[in-house]
Amino acid sequence: MIGADAIVKCLEKEGVDTVFGYSGVAIDPFWNSILETDIKTVLVRTEQNAAHAASGYARTRGKVGVCAVTSGPGATNLLTGIATAYSDSIPLVCFTGQVDSELIGSDVFQEADVIGAAESFVKYSYLVRNVKDIPRIIHEAFYIASTGRRGPVLIDLPADIQLSRIGDFTYPTEPPKLRTYKPTVKGNTLQIKKVIKVLENAKKPLVCVGGGVHLSGAKNELQKFVEKHRLPVVSTMMGLGILPTEHPMYYGMVGNNGAVTANHAMKECDVLLMVGARVADRAVSAPDLTFEGKVLIHMDVDPAEIGKNVGPTIPIVGDAKHIFEEFMGQSFYCSHEEWIASLNNYKMDLKIERPEAKGFVDSPKFIKMLSGKMKDDAIYVADVGQNQLFSCQNAIIREGKFFTSGGMGTMGYSIPAAIGAKLADPERQVVAVCGDGAFQMSMMELATMNQYKSPIKLVVMRNHYLGLVREHQHFVYHDDYSMVDLGFDPDLEMLSKAYHVKYIRCENMEGMEEKIDDFLTGDEACIMEVLNDPMETVAVKKA
Amino acid sequence: MNMKKIYSVLVENRSGVLSKVSGLFARRSFNIDSLAVGETENKDISCMTIVSSGDERTLEQIEKQLNKKLDVIKIKTFEEQMSVSRELMLIKVKYNKSNRREIMETCEAMKADIVDMSKSFMIIQICDTPERTDLMIKLLSGISIVEMARTGTLALQKCIYQ
Repeated sequence: MIGADAIVKCLEKEGVDTVFGYSGVAIDPFWNSILETDIKTVLVRTEQNAAHAASGYARTRGKVGVCAVTSGPGATNLLTGIATAYSDSIPLVCFTGQVDSELIGSDVFQEADVIGAAESFVKYSYLVRNVKDIPRIIHEAFYIASTGRRGPVLIDLPADIQLSRIGDFTYPTEPPKLRTYKPTVKGNTLQIKKVIKVLENAKKPLVCVGGGVHLSGAKNELQKFVEKHRLPVVSTMMGLGILPTEHPMYYGMVGNNGAVTANHAMKECDVLLMVGARVADRAVSAPDLTFEGKVLIHMDVDPAEIGKNVGPTIPIVGDAKHIFEEFMGQSFYCSHEEWIASLNNYKMDLKIERPEAKGFVDSPKFIKMLSGKMKDDAIYVADVGQNQLFSCQNAIIREGKFFTSGGMGTMGYSIPAAIGAKLADPERQVVAVCGDGAFQMSMMELATMNQYKSPIKLVVMRNHYLGLVREHQHFVYHDDYSMVDLGFDPDLEMLSKAYHVKYIRCENMEGMEEKIDDFLTGDEACIMEVLNDPMETVAVKKA
Repeated sequence: MNMKKIYSVLVENRSGVLSKVSGLFARRSFNIDSLAVGETENKDISCMTIVSSGDERTLEQIEKQLNKKLDVIKIKTFEEQMSVSRELMLIKVKYNKSNRREIMETCEAMKADIVDMSKSFMIIQICDTPERTDLMIKLLSGISIVEMARTGTLALQKCIYQ
């Protein structure tokens, strides 16, 4: 048995069934060994998308996504994908090939210090120096990626180590004991009691949910808890879909692109329970001001997030699932019907009338219609830009999931992530929505989609611009546009033909219902090109 | 308000750990006023003594972010006055007949030693608190300092806090 065989064996032990990646000499021993197993390998068209696909896979399955690429340019191409996963706390194990151990540091062909380059956006990294360490390292890597605050772990594999003989192979069965890593899972009992007491006395309580709730698998626990105590809920972008968007206790997404009612609720509440959200700038622009005079309960598995952007009144460190189970065990009673009534009134009064885009497809209307017609448990993957914000504001999410690159805002995420999601759960309907900018960043993955029979439904919202930046330049630079005009449009119909994908074109809202039905029907891949008003803005223009 | 804090950080004695820790400070714009690293009685563990300054939130974040690093075993933090802290400094100066006496007197007063000498150069060694080390430089500023080397602060919490 050689090192590469051992790696593959470790993956089998970890229950990995799919590895996304790209080949190259420095990682070839691994790709050769994997042939002996049933693990499915997916060759993407550029390395960055291997990480995005693994991310889509991980978010769908709720387990670690795995990708492997070669040294040098393969590894550096992967970096954006790793950073994207890191800022959304997505558990990944990423393998990079490396030049032979003895050549490391001598700038040979396709050598790059990927460990050094990735240091600030991996949860941990390993350079394998001894073939005997492989089982321990991989065992630790999966444990680290999937516990505590989830995140990517990088394993750099010199080619000679992959080819070295390894004596006997044993894989640890117990979780690794690391003296430097002991994530807090259970919430402190005293703090839990304190939280309950505060909620009991609250007049205007509010729960703000973030991506951490998805990651800890606490969706059901949270829903039960807020239903039982009739607690209103708002969400960050990463927390979308934790409560169905049409749930009576849900009041929308917060932040500078969020719902007016949600932001109003944030402002007005007297007790705010933040769960698995990091109070980042896009969700809460001036945290110290926002939380003045409120009781802020900040729950996070990562103690460093608590107090980073705002000092909480009650910090509570632990895994949301565990803590909400504990909460459910506590009997208490709270009543705040007035508060709920006022929020409901506010919601009714504050329906902002947007002027509808004339002669084009109106984005908010379109997204409502599209998501409304999707299957209840469908996965909606939004890219980055106006399409993302329109999606966040308007998508109807029921039992399904909503993915997007929230923290990093990496354009081109949606197509590879949707393919990863489809491969993780082939029975599910997976819809990706992107703009024409992001589409051209990852359209090459349509080939991957076909090759591995992972059909996705892809909406390309075309406005001939990098729309969100154009919108920014409209407001900030008074229409002095620079570097935002996509002056040449590829013919999407012909492109669809080239990739053997069904194509539907929507120039305006006419016959939209039927077109969406046609788009979503069956399991075959389909591209829907939607023409938007190039001057459409997410922000409502003041008349 | 800006404050000074000493972090005594026990880390795994592995290659790359120093760069991970210093990289963390650089990436998050935390100050490093001084940094000293050495093995502990257990050769698998190194001790980094880091002196940093910043407002309260920053100083708390430094500790939390250090704790997130998987090579960090344990962190002790303390204020300067709660610690015994020392720096070692070597200063090479050019001397002549007229100032030799004065330098030697300064050394005596500051409990510094002359550890090496030639006809016109000498190396002075001082091991003292950071403040007194600074003072030594001031006192010698009248004569020509050729070169100097100084360790970062080493510190241990005072015994009464044990």
